[in-house]
Amino acid sequence: MIVDDLEQPRVTIRVHRAPADRVYRMVVRLAASATLLVMGLIGAFLFARALPALRSGGWRFLTEQAWTPDSGRFGISAVLLGTVLIAVVALVIAVPLSIGAALFITEYAPRRLRRPITSLIDLLAAVPSLIYGLWGLFFLQPRLIKVSRWLTDHASVVPFFRTKSTNYASTTFIAGVVVSLMVVPICTAVMREVFSQAPVGEKEGALALGASRWGMVRTVVLPFGRGGIVGGSMLGLGRALGETIAVSLIISPIFVRSIHILDGGGNSISSLIALRFSESNTFGISALMAAGLVLFGMTLVVNAIASVIVNRSRSGAATEI
Amino acid sequence: MTTASTELRIERETQALEDRVRFRRLDVDDAMPVCGAGLSAFCLVWLVYERLTPLSGGLGFWLSWYGVFLAVHWLVVRERSGPLAAADRLATVVLTTAGLCLLVPLTLIVGYTAYRGWAALRPTFFVKDLRYTGSLSKATDGGGAHAIVGTLEQVGLAVLISVPLGVATAVFLNEVGGRLARPVRLIVDTMSAIPSIVAGLFIFAVIVLTFGQNGFAGALALSVLMLPTVTRTSEVVLRLVPGGLREASLALGASEWRTTRDVVLPTARPGLATAVILGVARAIGETAPLLLTIGGAFVMNADPFHGKQDALPYFVYRLIRFPQNAQVQRAWTGALVLLALVLVLFVIARIIGGRGPGHAGPFKRRRRRRLDMKEHA
Repeated sequence: MIVDDLEQPRVTIRVHRAPADRVYRMVVRLAASATLLVMGLIGAFLFARALPALRSGGWRFLTEQAWTPDSGRFGISAVLLGTVLIAVVALVIAVPLSIGAALFITEYAPRRLRRPITSLIDLLAAVPSLIYGLWGLFFLQPRLIKVSRWLTDHASVVPFFRTKSTNYASTTFIAGVVVSLMVVPICTAVMREVFSQAPVGEKEGALALGASRWGMVRTVVLPFGRGGIVGGSMLGLGRALGETIAVSLIISPIFVRSIHILDGGGNSISSLIALRFSESNTFGISALMAAGLVLFGMTLVVNAIASVIVNRSRSGAATEI
Repeated sequence: MTTASTELRIERETQALEDRVRFRRLDVDDAMPVCGAGLSAFCLVWLVYERLTPLSGGLGFWLSWYGVFLAVHWLVVRERSGPLAAADRLATVVLTTAGLCLLVPLTLIVGYTAYRGWAALRPTFFVKDLRYTGSLSKATDGGGAHAIVGTLEQVGLAVLISVPLGVATAVFLNEVGGRLARPVRLIVDTMSAIPSIVAGLFIFAVIVLTFGQNGFAGALALSVLMLPTVTRTSEVVLRLVPGGLREASLALGASEWRTTRDVVLPTARPGLATAVILGVARAIGETAPLLLTIGGAFVMNADPFHGKQDALPYFVYRLIRFPQNAQVQRAWTGALVLLALVLVLFVIARIIGGRGPGHAGPFKRRRRRRLDMKEHA
């Protein structure tokens, strides 16, 4: 291509478009810009509304645990830690499960079953988070309490599982498990798509060299799909960070920085907003907007990185056959 | 969200190549060790778990069984065919478990919601509101008609806003392109995972603080959430339209606008319908943005532009927090109706979207037949 450029003088074609086409191009370009604009507006408006609270809170907004905007003591550190813990619990469960499920669908499942299984997993993604929350609260929580008790009794070497409480309900752990179920379909969908694009030539090469099916998966599909695994997990992380309803139904809000995920109560930014919203005055709402701004920024960064990684691995730029 | 069309594309692209290698199907040699290991692990765990050690509990039992099963299976295959084959079989078993594990929660969620919601589901749920129903009335009194109407209006308005915008953006990304395309694609990708509560906060800051809570504000919040879903899915669908069709149309002298309107969009119609339906399925269950925007109501308010309105997810979210059993029961009924709506939409999307571009559905086939007959006559 470079040689071509050198040898041939560049030809510029002047396209004369019909008026209808010019209008058409303008309209679609406007629509696309509107999408950009909405995104910009979200950040701008949140920032503008959060400004009074941020100004009065100052840097202590990032370090304070309590959330009592009326007395001037409010900060994001406890809820932020809670949000991250829930997301971590969710990902620890969801990522291995998604990798397994995605590999099963692309490499192991009988060809006839692939479409139906994929449909069912997509359906899992379409179930409203409210339903997950209800199900987690009424069905899963009583069953997970036993698991929690076992974890404290036998795995309290790990600091996360230490707890002094005895009822094990409404914990970060349970919220994390429910969120993990919501994250799995998203992670699986991304990973499946990337795994299914693993180069057939290299897969057959591995088999021809005598690899078993697992050997082929380990040496070709997994290295090729690394971008998909990382990107899919990060997309899941973005979803887990922002999950609102399921968390706010399950968790009982407390405002203490604690890494003990089995202690009764926890918190997350989104459930803080959902639960405190209706009882806040103007300043309280401004403080909630500030919390929302932090959440927005966090998910924005995570998702942007994720989509860059996924797109790169999708385009096949990572491999040369 | 990956759609049927994406699958279709991938399947098409890979099928031709993929068909070359076929693995041995599961045969007796593979199946026997699995069954044997399962049985022996069951016996061993039962003996140790229930008889020899002071352990109890169903979950612990089955987890130990699974662990022992994997170990026994690995050892058996290792004795028979060596360590490489053993690792291969072990991976097969573990990955298959992971795949099937995912179907368990789906069954449990749908089953449990149906079980809890069915008890108080009466036809009156679809016609009455909660005007004369208090916390102490029977669970079968009143209904969620006001919430259903609210949901339909809000989602309908959201569709009216986000579908033209989303499809136009997709057309821009795919047919026009240019320097703007890259940032727009990145932003759409990023936006698709924006926390729903943040969308609610945004609309609250822009609309609600000046105009108050109403159904239209809820619709705007939902359309912020639908927009990226619709755009991304439509873009994938438009990419599936064969370039030859476009070139043929342009070569015949059609303008770009005519090409898009008369060739590209009609070809992609089933896929676009899928995109819209998937967007609707996502929007219909969203609760968080509605918490901040619609206000909630117990009586019918069919006007989305004035006054507070209710929505099905909001109805459920509010009633489930009541201490009275009747209210909780009502909430479960609402949840069942909501889940049924989502499932129906999803199935419709799958049926429409399962076909590729250019596939003639029953309507198109009938029209073609009619045109044929006209020609002959």
